Amino acid sequence: MTEQPDLRAAVAAGVVGSEESFRALLSAIVEVARSIFGAKASSILLLDEETEELVFEAVVGEGEDTLRGTRFPAGTGIAGWVLATRTPLVIEDVGNDPRFASDVAEGTGYVPKGLMAAPLLHEEGALGVLSVLDRPEQTLFTLQEMELLGLFAHQAAIAVDLLLKARKAELLLQEGGRELEVVARLATAVDRLEDEQRDAGLKLLNHLARTLGA
Amino acid sequence: MQDVDAHSWDASKAALPAWSLPKHAVDRIALPADWPEHVTREWALGGSTGEGVRVCILDSGVDASHPLVGELESAVVISMDEDDEIVASEDTEGDVSGHGTACAGIVRRLAPDARISSVRVLGSSFTGSGAVLLGGLRYAIEEGFDVINMSLSTTKKPFASVLHELADNAYFNRTVLVASAHNMPVESYPWRFSSVISVGSHEEPDPLDFFYNPSPPVEFFGRGVNVEVPWLGGRVLTVSGNSFATPHMTSICALILAKHHELTPFQLKSVLYLTATNVGGGK
Repeated sequence: MTEQPDLRAAVAAGVVGSEESFRALLSAIVEVARSIFGAKASSILLLDEETEELVFEAVVGEGEDTLRGTRFPAGTGIAGWVLATRTPLVIEDVGNDPRFASDVAEGTGYVPKGLMAAPLLHEEGALGVLSVLDRPEQTLFTLQEMELLGLFAHQAAIAVDLLLKARKAELLLQEGGRELEVVARLATAVDRLEDEQRDAGLKLLNHLARTLGA
Repeated sequence: MQDVDAHSWDASKAALPAWSLPKHAVDRIALPADWPEHVTREWALGGSTGEGVRVCILDSGVDASHPLVGELESAVVISMDEDDEIVASEDTEGDVSGHGTACAGIVRRLAPDARISSVRVLGSSFTGSGAVLLGGLRYAIEEGFDVINMSLSTTKKPFASVLHELADNAYFNRTVLVASAHNMPVESYPWRFSSVISVGSHEEPDPLDFFYNPSPPVEFFGRGVNVEVPWLGGRVLTVSGNSFATPHMTSICALILAKHHELTPFQLKSVLYLTATNVGGGK
């Protein structure tokens, strides 16, 4: 445990990567998931612990223009069940009933006939849910697909964890004001240096640290 | 736990000590050896409808108005009150996701005369859901259900030791805990404990097909792929996942216990092993 978490966060924010790049990674994951399963849409929902809501963080396919940022209560519905129980499931609506997956339908008007959903688990926490909507109707679901869904969810959970860490670092940086921003800028600058310049930069920082009594 | 009055202790009448067997007590634990030479599935569950066996669905609640579910023996919801105490109260809301209804429907289809109860541990609040889950399991064990269907798990390590203790209590009190195994690369509980019957999925269409896994921690595979189930609003859906394989094994346990109510969880596991499709199954 560090005595100066804010400074560490500032350094982290300077070097770990931006929120945009992790969001792009999440988009890439749902894009590949949709493509591999031959599905109409795929999305990643993140849990907002403060409001106990699930928020659409990445969406590809049906609803991609409107769903991002849409929220619904985390305690109910199919995604809520998957999140609370940490258990993946696959559902296909044989009757094509518009009430099915109403949590998705209400945000978009798009009514899926079937969905696969897996929890995003990282360490001990459940961070959100990966959904794949409307895989081809004519094919029966197999256990191989379930395994594949689990693998995608695992990958997505790691990306989400990075995104959340980047957000946290960024938040601390904003709260810390200009002093911390200088540290972050310095960390970014050193991180971008190469070879001899990098060695020289690190040496300089070492001297500075000694001068400051660190 | 009941207190023992030391002054009225009579070795010939008292309950056996839990951890030793005095010579004079050997005859008292003689058990009838009424198992056949070959335990078959016909002996284990043939003709059984699950009559009288009390099955608890620990899940999202159950919609008893669905024609494929029918009447419940009881329905309670577990929640946390203002003082952070876990309380059980009558559940008038039904099912908050549809999953519990699906599980109850599977049990009703395979073991139609089982007495099904619902203990809802989801939906009242998202935070504290781990504590509610533990509270619900504790409630169900204290209620003395014969079989508890638990298609859910937790990844929170602090809950693992309490869950372990609860699972052992169930095991020694003749309550069979049937729990969904996880099919993702994470540590979760309680399915990993040896005192529960852990269930993964197979793809065969016969609902009574089940397989023993010689490479635990998952001990059995039940039907878990493309299963038709009741859902909210009177609908019928096709579903897949270990959480649906679990009520299949729950039903099989209920069928066996209806015919052989004296079986302990240890003995029931032995019967399951001997009658699994890949062991002696169906023959």
